[in-house]
Amino acid sequence: MSVALRDYAEAAGPEVIDALERLARPLRGRRVVHVNSTRVGGGVAEILARLVPLMNDLGMDARWEVIEGTQEFYGVTKTFHNALQGVPTAPTERGLAVYDEVNRESARVLGPSLKDAEFVFIHDPQPAALLRHLPGRRGHWVWRCHIDVSRPYRPVWKFLRPIVAPYEASVYSMAAFAQPLPHPQYIIAPSIDPLSDKNRPLEASEVAAVAARHLLDPARPVVVQVSRFDRFKDPLGVLQAYRIARRHLPVQLVLVGGTATDDPEGDAVLAAVREAAGDDPDVHVLLLPPDAHREINALQRRATLVMQKSLKEGFGLTVTEALWKGKPVIGGRAGGIVLQIVDHHTGFLVDTPEGAAFRIRYLLNRPNAVAVMSEKGRAFVRDNFLLTRHLREYLTLMLALDAGGAEQVEVT
Amino acid sequence: MTPSARPAPEPFRFRDCSLTIVSLGRSARNLRELRAELAAVPAGSIAHHFYDALLRPSFDDREYRNDFAAWTRRMLRDAPLAERLSVVDPLDCADLEDLRDRVIEIVEERLAEDPRHADVPEGMEFRFLRSQQVFFDTGARASTIRELRETLPKTTTGSVFYHFVNARFRSPERRDDYSTWLLGFGDEGKEIAERLRRIDFQLWSLSETRSRIAAVLAGADAGAVL
Repeated sequence: MSVALRDYAEAAGPEVIDALERLARPLRGRRVVHVNSTRVGGGVAEILARLVPLMNDLGMDARWEVIEGTQEFYGVTKTFHNALQGVPTAPTERGLAVYDEVNRESARVLGPSLKDAEFVFIHDPQPAALLRHLPGRRGHWVWRCHIDVSRPYRPVWKFLRPIVAPYEASVYSMAAFAQPLPHPQYIIAPSIDPLSDKNRPLEASEVAAVAARHLLDPARPVVVQVSRFDRFKDPLGVLQAYRIARRHLPVQLVLVGGTATDDPEGDAVLAAVREAAGDDPDVHVLLLPPDAHREINALQRRATLVMQKSLKEGFGLTVTEALWKGKPVIGGRAGGIVLQIVDHHTGFLVDTPEGAAFRIRYLLNRPNAVAVMSEKGRAFVRDNFLLTRHLREYLTLMLALDAGGAEQVEVT
Repeated sequence: MTPSARPAPEPFRFRDCSLTIVSLGRSARNLRELRAELAAVPAGSIAHHFYDALLRPSFDDREYRNDFAAWTRRMLRDAPLAERLSVVDPLDCADLEDLRDRVIEIVEERLAEDPRHADVPEGMEFRFLRSQQVFFDTGARASTIRELRETLPKTTTGSVFYHFVNARFRSPERRDDYSTWLLGFGDEGKEIAERLRRIDFQLWSLSETRSRIAAVLAGADAGAVL
């Protein structure tokens, strides 16, 4: 679906679009290249698929390049990904050589596009070594790290640090995710796209049809958790919370997750959840394909409350999505969830299944409080976490880099 | 001609402000570390945590008027300290160093009162940030008070930040830009400026502040006293 900048005016406000156009004026005609390692699948590709056309709408010459890796290369970068998040694992010497070789070859292929670009955003570790293979580059090169590298497995960080240190700047989703480097580290929170299938408004009839297909009773409250079947998302804790709350309320539970072929633990966790759910007709464990965005959207909209009871979390965009749909969220005190959930305002932070159960009871007995939270949550996302804010921060960063990092920049 | 339709000698030029946030790579797990870092970070970081944070993506938890108060309440769970920090008004301070000294004094006082100071859980540390600000002209202009009132709701929160918050720290009189311009309208403008001065931006989100400014200007247009 092709979406233009002006289409965002209804969700974000026309004044926000006007400001983007003004802010982008000095950047018109400038070449901006984003590089990552996949055109489909994953949050980075989802964001770039929208961000790059919007930059072009604003008059920039924005491009999105993808490096071509081998199966072995992706195995190595998956190891990097896990190690950067603290898992004690490291590629072999051969793996490191493959990583470097793919970057060298990609630099040869993409060189003409990258060397003359005025702004280059390299997303995540996969293409990070492009920089060292393009000595004649002239633009501002920024490493955009989407993962939490605050506590990396040191041997892997020791390998990657000299690769990312020569960048002019790096960007993280949260200050807590950053790693000390000899260049400025910018903080740009991620965003959701209000016009994507996952977040766009749906007709009530579509929401009802999806709920009916999954045998949800339309007359009773529903608690939904959307997340991969991963121990860190604590689906068993959610089930325990439901069981405690269920003693007091006729609540239904939906645990919905996508298939994750790169996660060998996923099947085991799913099996454990199914076993724990037993034959309770009010527990719905749903495994949906990765492109079931509209269905997820409908289930979130059908929810009375949303849970994200993670024990460890990145930014927690499922919380953002739920708040945007006007749902109070009961969330674990982890990662970016604590930035989004403010007790009594947008939901509740909890530390235990018992705490989650209490908050389910608390909220389901207070429809007026739910209504107030619903409005606050949606306004919070509108003001802070829509794609338009993300774009504005990219533009601001580019202008700041152009100005040599000055604290105050006057754009004329 | 009603007073509010009288043109000003110079039109009001609506400007906007956008922030980009930089991590200093410094953090505090407890009150002692907060005290040490407060003394060490650049003054711009203190400013960021007091008022630039209004423009940062975050929940408008205006119960605590700055990041230090919010963190001590929500993460450190020290209510007395949060209360004391929340009443520190940067507009009462001569400059950012004076503001820094006041915050440090309050933290030291608390450390002396209660030497127990536990670490917050991992991931809940106070992380010091600073901002880079980009200012730009929106192209919008107002020649009369009525035009100011009509245009203001169509401006961004960044514009309200620039003219109503940032301006106080640019102006030796601690005056917002709208008021400075309104003073060109004589007694009528002076009266509106006085009412704008009573809007406490530290208590509200920027969009709420914008609504309050608009209400004052609407009162001015109708000749009512708010």
